[in-house]
Amino acid sequence: MHADSGDLLTAPYVLEYTYQRSTGPVIGRFLTALRDARIEGVRTAGGRVLVPPLEYDPDSSEPTGEAVEVGQSGVVTTWSWVGAPRRFHPLAHPFAWALIRLDGADTAMLHAVDAGDAAAMRTGMRVTARWRAERIGSIRDLECFVPEGGAR
Amino acid sequence: MSDDPRPPVTLFQAPIRLDYTVTAGRNLTRYLRALAQRRIIGGRCPECQKVYLPPRGSCPTCGVPTDTEVQIADRGTVTTFCVINIPFEAAPFPPPYAAVAIVLDGADQPILHLLRGIPPDEVRMGMRVQAVWVPDHELAPTLASIRWFEPTGEPDAPFEAIKDHL
Repeated sequence: MHADSGDLLTAPYVLEYTYQRSTGPVIGRFLTALRDARIEGVRTAGGRVLVPPLEYDPDSSEPTGEAVEVGQSGVVTTWSWVGAPRRFHPLAHPFAWALIRLDGADTAMLHAVDAGDAAAMRTGMRVTARWRAERIGSIRDLECFVPEGGAR
Repeated sequence: MSDDPRPPVTLFQAPIRLDYTVTAGRNLTRYLRALAQRRIIGGRCPECQKVYLPPRGSCPTCGVPTDTEVQIADRGTVTTFCVINIPFEAAPFPPPYAAVAIVLDGADQPILHLLRGIPPDEVRMGMRVQAVWVPDHELAPTLASIRWFEPTGEPDAPFEAIKDHL
């Protein structure tokens, strides 16, 4: 036997799958609109507007209908502050994950809000989209949302 | 609508990436540190007497700690093998080459490693092989401290010698 030095060995271990996924017609249209700096949802048979769009109406299970462009501003319905962003987060500094119901939409979309400080966040606050200059047809074309009329 | 000349979006990249930090634990740490000293150690079960390589700290059959550390030889017997004929990004050599399962003398579990020094189409079950270690300055706590195995030239072991390790 030999002495155990006490320190355990550790090593980094990365598991990565480089998936490429097909969008289907509904999400494809949504992403194509984001590339044009527009936000599109779909209207259901019952008249609700779903943003982001779904292929099927969760109320009736029927296919959803026509695409509807909605506003670029909306209301935060709930949020959670990220004080220490990690490598793949959309912003490198502290931000909020928020559910945002855009003007003209009946559902809320998850995205980041760059509010600067958790004290600036509140449910019901209005936020507006900040777009990337170079857009490729990705949810990240929407860089984040920012408080409406705010300094940021 | 859009003036964008690019075609509509139909695909997107969705990589899934998991960044782990693996902690070896006491037994694997000793095993890996021994490799950096050109030594191979296993763990013997006090009940069934099987020697686990690498040592895991307990016997999954008997459910007891493998509290006895044993020295394992750096030579052994090929149990099974695979000749790789297709190149891929992480391949260690241009194909063809042989990946082999080797039960080292003194161990009851085969390890996986590479076999060189023989044309791949001549690799056999039962072939006796010897570790080729890296130079001293490349020794590290990893099984890669053994660069590959090569045939010893001894007569092949009989099937009886490997039948319980397949």
